[in-house]
Amino acid sequence: MKRYSDLEFLKLSKGQKFLYKLTSFFAAIPRAIGNLFLAIGRFFKNLGLGVANEFKDIFTTFKEGDWKTRASFLVMGLGSIARGQVLRGLLFLLFEIVFIFYMVTTGGYWMSMLPSLGKIGPHDEYNAVLDAYTKTYGDNSFKILLYGVLTIFFIVAFLYTWRMNVKQNKIAQEYLKAGRRLKSSGDDLRSLVDEQFYKTLLALPLTGILIFTVLPIVFMILVAFTNYDGTHDGYNNALFGWQGFSNFRTLLTWSGSGVNYSATFGEILTWTLIWAFFATFTNYFLGMFVAMMINKKGIRLKKLWRTVLVMTIAIPQFISLLYVSKMFAKNGIVNGLLLDLGWIKQAIDFWGSTANNGLLPRVMVIVINIWIGIPYLMLIATGILMNIPADLYESSRIDGANAWQQYTKITLPYMLFITGPYLLTSFTSNMNNFNVIFLLTGGAPTNAAASGAAGSVGYTDLLITWLFKITTGAEAQYYLASVVGIMVFVVVAVISLVVYNVLPSIKNEEDFQ
Amino acid sequence: MNETLEKRSMGLRASRTISNTLIYIVLVIMSVVWLIPFICIVLQSFRVESTWQVGYVIPQQWGWDNYIALWNSDFKRWYLNTFIIALAVAVLQTVIVLCMSYTLSRFRFKLRDGLMRFMLILGMFPGMLTMIILYRVLKDLGLTQANAVPGLILVYVASSGMGYYVSKGFFDTIPKSLDEAARVDGATRAQVLTKIILPLAKPIVIYTILTAFMAPWGDFVFARYVSFGTSAGMNVAVGMYGWLQLDQIGQKYTMFCAGGVVVAIPVTILFMCLQKYYVEGVTGGAVKG
Repeated sequence: MKRYSDLEFLKLSKGQKFLYKLTSFFAAIPRAIGNLFLAIGRFFKNLGLGVANEFKDIFTTFKEGDWKTRASFLVMGLGSIARGQVLRGLLFLLFEIVFIFYMVTTGGYWMSMLPSLGKIGPHDEYNAVLDAYTKTYGDNSFKILLYGVLTIFFIVAFLYTWRMNVKQNKIAQEYLKAGRRLKSSGDDLRSLVDEQFYKTLLALPLTGILIFTVLPIVFMILVAFTNYDGTHDGYNNALFGWQGFSNFRTLLTWSGSGVNYSATFGEILTWTLIWAFFATFTNYFLGMFVAMMINKKGIRLKKLWRTVLVMTIAIPQFISLLYVSKMFAKNGIVNGLLLDLGWIKQAIDFWGSTANNGLLPRVMVIVINIWIGIPYLMLIATGILMNIPADLYESSRIDGANAWQQYTKITLPYMLFITGPYLLTSFTSNMNNFNVIFLLTGGAPTNAAASGAAGSVGYTDLLITWLFKITTGAEAQYYLASVVGIMVFVVVAVISLVVYNVLPSIKNEEDFQ
Repeated sequence: MNETLEKRSMGLRASRTISNTLIYIVLVIMSVVWLIPFICIVLQSFRVESTWQVGYVIPQQWGWDNYIALWNSDFKRWYLNTFIIALAVAVLQTVIVLCMSYTLSRFRFKLRDGLMRFMLILGMFPGMLTMIILYRVLKDLGLTQANAVPGLILVYVASSGMGYYVSKGFFDTIPKSLDEAARVDGATRAQVLTKIILPLAKPIVIYTILTAFMAPWGDFVFARYVSFGTSAGMNVAVGMYGWLQLDQIGQKYTMFCAGGVVVAIPVTILFMCLQKYYVEGVTGGAVKG
């Protein structure tokens, strides 16, 4: 496509300008994706170079090291102790002892079992005392996978510590050669509340994230490559094992074994994106509109209007959502009222209507989500609107701009400029908005076309509620849930990357100061 | 000339009056729509004549029966559970979030950018996915079902370091020159945090405590997993969700309403008192992304 300079761009007519912006937006997408691959390539190149450098450094350290350094290659921390840095040395040594003890006692077993995820499953074994066959349990695939991953984490940590230990020796040796004083144990402790205070502060939060977020995510990614489900639970019924990419194939092929998964998946994904789009933008514009109404000059009781809306944020969502869902039930208040007024003859089935692919329930969840979301957006918009310099409006009024022009030329660009990243995160979190869907409809009404798929798919089901349904019940197909979860990640990541890479270019084109 | 001007200004005033009236009408309608569910829930919680869903709002017979039934049910236990969780999470999560956000705002260390990017990517995984494994881990530790309360606290707090964005944004706005001045005067980094930054960070501390305290009242999915049908380990959301299922809604619908009122009142009062801080936090968070 042709690129215009700034001057040429200004000469274009309105329609041409819009078209130009639109085409340059889409033209930027391939470049953004290309850049992504370049970045990945660069990352691996740097990684390779880094690893090579590390090995070179380790080698030279050994070659040029004295006996203290060389001994530390085998017994960690020996060099530090010998040079008087007792605290560091002892910590290194302790870590090594713990590591070796762990690997010998249990870690070795988990690692050796990891490639097969268990050899002996539950089976009947002859019991001589009872003279009968009794059920005996063998390996536990679940624990093997979990502790196997944990052991790998531990090994990586050990290698890193060992490398640090070697580096320490090198530095200490150079310091002593140059006649400088080494840090004492007291210095080390003191620096933990000073220069290296960040280590103290981060220790606890990062440990928590490692064990309760990273480990489960790694585990669940691995589950996508196994056949872990209700019947292959890894201990009581049967072991589970590695399956390669077959689960991904099941989800993405157009005709699986009798069940058309990809069509189901495609349908749910489409609805998820439609939902996220409407949930984000209806709230955004209506919230902004409400904020502008309340902010308008001459409107009294501003605080009252705001308080009424804000109060609804305080009430836990499970109460308001569950209650509202019952209000619109077939025998609920809304139907009762409409029947009493004689406006309808028959109760409307707000949540159960499957006409037009469940259009009514789908619209209902979006509308009720507006009810949930406007107060937040009103708060955010109020804060931002108040920051728009008032003289912009004054001078535009003198130039003869009407309210609509003021909105499209001043308010909207300013809001979009500032809340661009917020819109993105709000879009992705709406994609994963479990509470609103689950508490309102639970995914109902059931989609008969997808009846063969796991977890009884409904018309209002998002990927995330579907994922939840798959994992409940005796037939829980954890592997499939895990594949769906990975797909959600891929979709969210792609959207975020593309928008983030394109966003600044949009911003620059904004002729707003 | 003067006459036309006057006419124009009168016309302007008239149109402003009309538009303001319209706005008032819209605002009144909105307030009603936003409050109706809560008014209904309060009214129905006092209904005596029947316990199931009916098509009318105003009770024919008023009474405290539903609240008395509430007192005699497992609701007390659920309420206490939720309160303990909320209190513990409010304290511990605040400490963790502050450590994390202060560090990422003030220190420049080697892995900082990598760490932040890594956590951004982690956040893109649906949290739902990790529930299965977390449940199994808690089960191995004996922290599920009747012991669900410490288990839930552990999980909520342990992964809370990821939510540092809003308070990091706040710390970024405190000028660094304050830190530097104190450092020149001989304060350690730890002293800078406790003596200088924390007193200035009162709004964000209150915001973090408030949001951390409110979240457990609404958590439903994971709490349901962990309590696994054992009433003693449930929180209010899980317990009361059961009342609205098909097998119980006939007897428990008005009790749900009463329970909703009992849960909502303290949380709402607390929220309204600290509203100012919440608004600051939410607005700041959105602006910084």
